[in-house]
Amino acid sequence: MVNADPPVTVPLLQMQGIVKEFPGARALDGVDLEILPGEVHCLLGQNGAGKSTLIKVLAGAHQPDEGQILLDGEPISISDPVASLRHGVATMYQELDVVDGLTVAENVYLGHELATLGFSQRREAVRRTREILRRLGHSEITPGMEVGRLSAAGKQIVSMARALSHDARVIVMDEPSAVLDSEEVGNLFRVVKELTAAGVAVVYISHRLEEIREIGDRITVLKDGRTVGQNLPVSETPTAQLITLMTGRSVEYVFPDSDAPAEGTPVVLEVDGLALRGVFRDVSVQVRAGEIVGLAGLVGSGRSEILETVYGARRASAGTVRVDGKRLRAGSVASAVDAGIGLAPEERKSQGLLLDEPVYRNITLSTFARFARGGFLDERAERTAAQEQADALDLRPAGVDRAARTLSGGNQQKAMLARWLVHGCRVLLLDEPTRGVDVGARAEIYALVRALADQGAAVLVVSSEIPEVLGLADRVLVISEGRVVHEGPAVSIDEHGVLDLVMEGSVA
Amino acid sequence: MSEQEVGDPRAAVAPSDESARVEKAGASAGSSRGRHLFSGSAGRNLGLVVALLLLCVVGFATAGERFASVSNLMTILSLGSVLGVVSIGMTFVITTGGIDLSVGSVLGLASVWASTLATQQMADQYGWIVMVVCALAVGLAAGVINGVIIAYGNVVAFIATLAMLVAARGLAELIAQRRTQIVDVASFNDTFKGNLVGVPKIVWIFALVAVAGWFLLNRTTFGRRTVAVGGNREAARLAGINVKRHLVYVYALSGLTAGIAAVMILARTSAGSSTNGTLLELDVIAAVVVGGTLLAGGRGTIVGTVLGVLIFTTLTNVFILNNLDSSVQQIAKGAIIVVAVLLQQRLARRST
Ligand SMILES: Nc1ncnc2c1ncn2[C@@H]1O[C@H](COP(=O)(O)OP(=O)(O)OP(=O)(O)O)[C@@H](O)[C@H]1O
Ligand SMILES: [Mg+2]
Repeated sequence: MVNADPPVTVPLLQMQGIVKEFPGARALDGVDLEILPGEVHCLLGQNGAGKSTLIKVLAGAHQPDEGQILLDGEPISISDPVASLRHGVATMYQELDVVDGLTVAENVYLGHELATLGFSQRREAVRRTREILRRLGHSEITPGMEVGRLSAAGKQIVSMARALSHDARVIVMDEPSAVLDSEEVGNLFRVVKELTAAGVAVVYISHRLEEIREIGDRITVLKDGRTVGQNLPVSETPTAQLITLMTGRSVEYVFPDSDAPAEGTPVVLEVDGLALRGVFRDVSVQVRAGEIVGLAGLVGSGRSEILETVYGARRASAGTVRVDGKRLRAGSVASAVDAGIGLAPEERKSQGLLLDEPVYRNITLSTFARFARGGFLDERAERTAAQEQADALDLRPAGVDRAARTLSGGNQQKAMLARWLVHGCRVLLLDEPTRGVDVGARAEIYALVRALADQGAAVLVVSSEIPEVLGLADRVLVISEGRVVHEGPAVSIDEHGVLDLVMEGSVA
Repeated sequence: MSEQEVGDPRAAVAPSDESARVEKAGASAGSSRGRHLFSGSAGRNLGLVVALLLLCVVGFATAGERFASVSNLMTILSLGSVLGVVSIGMTFVITTGGIDLSVGSVLGLASVWASTLATQQMADQYGWIVMVVCALAVGLAAGVINGVIIAYGNVVAFIATLAMLVAARGLAELIAQRRTQIVDVASFNDTFKGNLVGVPKIVWIFALVAVAGWFLLNRTTFGRRTVAVGGNREAARLAGINVKRHLVYVYALSGLTAGIAAVMILARTSAGSSTNGTLLELDVIAAVVVGGTLLAGGRGTIVGTVLGVLIFTTLTNVFILNNLDSSVQQIAKGAIIVVAVLLQQRLARRST
């Protein structure tokens, strides 16, 4: 184990030798973690390394089988989430945990409602929520809004507001930036800096190493449920060393070579004048066989809605979608799927997965009828096909019989992708395809998307990470406020160029 | 139904060689199959079987030979078959996360409609098939109406089927004019009354429906869609499943089973009455839920439903044999429902 010099300050929180076993999987196998007051402590590790499990133990959501937790050097027991909060640990979970039917303010104070003598002080809750939202730079979200109407990013902000509503000494953030775009990540970092300046410790989980460089103080690396590097100072640890620690090998973090299709290649997907009232209008794009087109823009600019409308999950108010020249019925997913369109949606938990069903059934969710004979399922064929794609994506653990719920976040994402690989789409719509996916698997997903395109698929990608859009796509469309403000080859524009366009668009 | 507990055999490979990519999982070796006797889907059913056996022991202890005889067994089975057939349909509805409160009324309506003077006259002329088609068509139509209102009208299942419950009962009363219609069609009685190789024919019907239901839920694309719609409606929709159409099919299936049950009631009692099937929906829902189908949707078990039906019917039988008050019986039923569901939640938690 790589271990840096012991710190001089007394640790605020220590976790020692934590073991957590699930039926069939030892998720944590003796993990140590040490957090100082006022630091940003980054937790790194591949998908399935045990990061989320570790912070759930800290949050009281899981009970450890072994090991102890010390607060200010005193052993404490965290029997449930309430106990964790009482000890001053507030947690933002990786999977959004907000209640859709409640308002923003109700969500923020859920479980610790402000009340005197049992009468809830709604006005006070609303006032404080508004204050926290302003601090987060999101005054446009009002406390009275219903959370179900917010985007994934909006929900993440509510979840963040909830963490801030506690007077926490430690705030744990499990991949908070996964659903945020670069501007909002900036906001997040400003808040994190305010918190640490006030002595609050932040545990920060992310797969984006650039973020760790920008915000982190020290790093703990997990691999296969063990601590393989502890308290590494961010400023002195080279990226290559981190990647080697995480993966046990060195990974080339590069995009595959793009060989854009020639002029004459047939157009597969043709979107013409597509509009969704109040969200976006006049979106036209043609994607050739073998071409990857990226949609760049801020969260809330309408990118996801464009994909969902092309897919028929939302009914367009104007415009047409054609696949191989054949016009699709508006607002009909079945017609899109029949034409060979696949969509990997943004929120895998609420839009993508049957959490209690086995992984293979999730992978074949759009294709099981194809394996069936006369309406009778052929589960063996399904399982084999699913296993093949799971292996191609290096799903961990590799078995496809376990419930989807037991996969780590990044591996759930891989299962979603596998679904469309089995499907063998003509057109692939990818909404945030690498959200929560680790460095190694990311490179594999890029290579895979490129390989699919090379086999003749037309791909439309949305990502909040501008470098990803630019690196992966042949052509980019920049979207701002529901309009296409720029279209051109990916090589002729850089990250700043995109951001400038986005800003201009929102001013105009 | 899945065995979620079985560990992946490959996960047992220790990640000893870092360069070879065997870092498949932080999983420990060995599967935990069989660690908990009562967990997993098979274990859940085992719990129900044990409960049923206990009931039988009580029955034998209190009523002796009168309970443990072939003829009493047949009584239990034919009592349970009407409830059972409707419960099979309801299992599908509940697996999608819905509910069908109208089954009892629809059964009543179908039994009345199939036994009106006009229908019986036609049946005399063209054979029993007229009555059967009539009952099935009424059930199916009511189910389709339910399904369309729920799926395309976006009305909550509870409300839509509550409305059907009231309306169907009213229509049945209107048709029957509150009189009981005696079935007097020889070909019908010949076909459905009596035994086939020693077992009442309506029990055979129940067995057929149960087996067909099991195949439909576990082995067909229809069943897979049902589970998917209940497990995550939005995910199912985005995967290309036509959720609305499927919901119509499922409610139609439930109506159809109510129609089949109406035929069975006519065979058993020879009486088409607008009071047939009153409050049946409650017994049906109880049997399905006790059997282990999740009210929230996403998991359904036909075997569990059959066991749930047998448990409730045997309970009724034991009470009747002991001349116990039906009020006491209701209290016992209530207790069973709560205990069974509590037990199941405990087991379900252990198995994940
Ligand atoms: N409820 C559960 N039952 C069984 N296994 C589980 C369960 N929850 C997690 N696991 C397993 O524990 C391991 C660690 O998962 P965890 O979610 O902590 O990973 P992670 O480091 O957060 O990964 P990611 O970056 O993908 O979010 C994985 O192998 C996962 O499959
Ligand atoms: Mg995680």
